[in-house]
Amino acid sequence: MKSAVIVFPGSNCDRDLAVALELITGRKPAMVWHKETELPEGTEFIGVPGGFSYGDYLRSGAMAARSPVMRAVKDAADRGVPVIGICNGFQVLTEAGMLPGALMRNAGLSFICRPVPLRVENSQSLFTAQYDAGERISFPVAHHDGNYQADEATLDRLEGEGRVAFRYLDQCNGSARDIAGILNDSGNVLGLMPHPERVVEPAHGGTDGRRLFEGLLETVA
Amino acid sequence: MKARVFITLKSGVLDPQGKAIHHALEGLGFSGVNDVRAGKLIELDLADNTSDSEIEDMCRKLLANTVIENFRIEKLENA
Repeated sequence: MKSAVIVFPGSNCDRDLAVALELITGRKPAMVWHKETELPEGTEFIGVPGGFSYGDYLRSGAMAARSPVMRAVKDAADRGVPVIGICNGFQVLTEAGMLPGALMRNAGLSFICRPVPLRVENSQSLFTAQYDAGERISFPVAHHDGNYQADEATLDRLEGEGRVAFRYLDQCNGSARDIAGILNDSGNVLGLMPHPERVVEPAHGGTDGRRLFEGLLETVA
Repeated sequence: MKARVFITLKSGVLDPQGKAIHHALEGLGFSGVNDVRAGKLIELDLADNTSDSEIEDMCRKLLANTVIENFRIEKLENA
């Protein structure tokens, strides 16, 4: 699988994601700087990593969402290329209008950094096919602005269309309906606050994230 | 020409920062505070021929996230 990881000034999980992708797909992803206007020819998967792009200036993800490379990411997503936005990447995708809603300051105001239990709500997507519906898994979170909010109509639509991919089992940041990750309407864009790329080897303390990338590899390759 | 853009959270959107400020005010002994909402002020120094609709466009496309925020533009013509 030919993958690309987008790198903004202030990204800091780009390397984690690249290491996980290389481990699982056997191929190093292309690291694509935010000023690029095109992705490498034949890119089959795009990762928008975590971090603090542009120092979280204005709003988390706001500046990154308007950077040149995001036009190419949007075009690729429109063509059906799978895109994952993890943590700051999720914030970037909502700011870019590729996913609905917004991520606000955690309700408890604290930066949260710990493994959290999650439930896989939709096991039919490109990203979650290797999990069982309702399965309980654990991914770490590390964020200050992970409080997912959208208007009631949008939340109802997400639930009704099976677009809530992951839900927190313990309320950790104030997110509406405990939403941890959502899909776009075509199902090829996933945004989530927890970090699957940080649980892919036993030394990480867990391997629950592995199947997300393995599932993608199987569908895409 | 200068313009000020005031960005505030929509009503009904939980404002944890406003809440924390409220708590801190109470901690300092200010008792008559009913609620606190925190927002942003952005000052723009603009070319004189900048139209209102252009400023509004700036707000919609970048300065405010209209999913959760409202904005208000105040033009300071003689500044």
